Amino acid sequence: MRDILEGSEAIARAVALCRPQVVAAYPITPQTHIVEGLARLIADGLLDAELVSVESEFSAASVVLGAASAGSRSYTASASQGILLMGEVLYNISGMRVPVVLTCANRAVSAPVSIWNDHQDSMAVRDSGWIQLYCADNQEAVDTTIQAFRISERVELPVMVCVDGFTLTHTLEPIDLPDQAQVDRFLPPFRFTRKLSSEHPFSAGTLVSPDFFTEMRYLQHAAFEQAAREILSADRDWSGIAGRSCGGLIAVEGDREAPTGILVMGSVFGTLLDAHRSGDLGRPVRLIRLRSFRPFPTEALRKATEGLAALVVLDRSLSPGSGGIVSHEVRSALYGLPSAPRILSVAGGLGGRDLRAESFRTMLEGLDHAGEWDLRFADLDPDRLPKADSAPESLADAAPKSTNPFPEKE
Amino acid sequence: MFGRNLLGQGERMVEIRIHGRGGQGNVIAAYLLASAAFYDGKFSQAFPSFGAERRGAPITAFVRIDERPILRRSQVISPQALLLQDDGLLRIPGTLSGLSQDGAVLVNSSCPPEELRRRLEEDGRPLSPLIGLMTLPATRLSLEVLGRPIPNTPLLAAFLALTEMIPLESLLRALSVRFSGDLLKKNQALVEKGAAQVASGRWRKAVHA
Repeated sequence: MRDILEGSEAIARAVALCRPQVVAAYPITPQTHIVEGLARLIADGLLDAELVSVESEFSAASVVLGAASAGSRSYTASASQGILLMGEVLYNISGMRVPVVLTCANRAVSAPVSIWNDHQDSMAVRDSGWIQLYCADNQEAVDTTIQAFRISERVELPVMVCVDGFTLTHTLEPIDLPDQAQVDRFLPPFRFTRKLSSEHPFSAGTLVSPDFFTEMRYLQHAAFEQAAREILSADRDWSGIAGRSCGGLIAVEGDREAPTGILVMGSVFGTLLDAHRSGDLGRPVRLIRLRSFRPFPTEALRKATEGLAALVVLDRSLSPGSGGIVSHEVRSALYGLPSAPRILSVAGGLGGRDLRAESFRTMLEGLDHAGEWDLRFADLDPDRLPKADSAPESLADAAPKSTNPFPEKE
Repeated sequence: MFGRNLLGQGERMVEIRIHGRGGQGNVIAAYLLASAAFYDGKFSQAFPSFGAERRGAPITAFVRIDERPILRRSQVISPQALLLQDDGLLRIPGTLSGLSQDGAVLVNSSCPPEELRRRLEEDGRPLSPLIGLMTLPATRLSLEVLGRPIPNTPLLAAFLALTEMIPLESLLRALSVRFSGDLLKKNQALVEKGAAQVASGRWRKAVHA
């Protein structure tokens, strides 16, 4: 049913529609409203699930690992430092090939402390062996959450549904919540093939000698090939039921034949598309939205970028000393193609810095003069740097300053 | 003019910024306004810009309303209207920033608008005569009815009455989703009281004149 809902509330209700049996989470901004919503549904008797209150994110992840291993459909959510504290267990969940769905309400990582949105937290665990899907709006957050359980349970890999903190979690907007019958038709009950049982005891996740470790890692990697197919089929099947698609692995909009492109992940795509439709980008641009970061869809990306002469890749995170993480992966995927576009890597929207139409326009202008390996910081304000450290021309773009527009002091 | 951008009259999306302080219900005000628009069959979006989360700290929330789906998610920089939860916020330089040249400001204040204009002049930041400024003693009304200084409901009711952009029934529906029982009844009474404080359609008529 179509209603106007806060993103977190909609996600909580989408999770509930998936009939989770165990929910464990530890509160952290901006994720808290999601599990609060689930706790309320359980307390009101509207959801039959075990809510486990834990003392840390390490325990939250451990509880869902145990619960899912015992055959229960399990869910957790976190953000920022919480995701980092889960880190060790995230590797275990994937390594043990246990299906779990986690919402990451994307937020910057300290220090300095920032409660605001960027993608540093999920990027920090990109190699943990979790599928990562990034949502463009709250409708997609709802639909992707439902798809995530099916993908996870079919491939036996955990799925992280990445939802921009505040920008999505705290935004009230029209959302079509599916009904229980639609979800039940899409998502069968969870039957874990390697369910822990006292009748047929076995050990999982134990010591593996060098004789088998490589094989185990190979299988874990190979599972992501299957994951790519399941992501596509889940999106296709769900769109048959709900009438909406989330864009599969990668989605292309805007001017599909334009020689210039911008690639982004997450909810900033809306602002980009709005700028394009309003004519604020100043030129025809192909808009590319990467939905699946893990598995990284190399073939689909090559197809989506075919014919491009130049491409801006926006990173909402940073690998200090190296550069934009998504940019590097895009470059790597296109390496060796005779017609690969020139790529400008832009780190932007960091720690909640607002990204507007002008920000994208400036990125495109920067693209005209960028070298092959340039990295720019969107909306970097040289006046805010220590004098001795003023940014070299090559790093700062010449953007209008996108700082607090409502200053308390002049 | 402000009203030319109102729904049903113009092509443009309406963008509104709500300034308040932690504890005044700023985010709820934005959610209620967006919900009212949604129940009137429009597309809408509301979100907060959280700063330091402490009582009394200035907090901004944003609302967009359109006849078409809303894609933009950046903060509202050039609003057509501002709602201010207290008149002290008017003296913070950033509050009026980016307001449309013929925009409108509705302030929760027991002072007449002329007094607030005079204060802005004193501060060396006179308000353009093209910008509409209205005041409403929303805190007093809320204290009388709710017994609590939460100015949201009368402020929103007055804003909708002034602009006639969304019928008050839609606000009542939004309130009924959020509140129930005695609290809902009191809020319904506040809608009536808030709307009665202002000249209905004043900011719409200004456009047609």
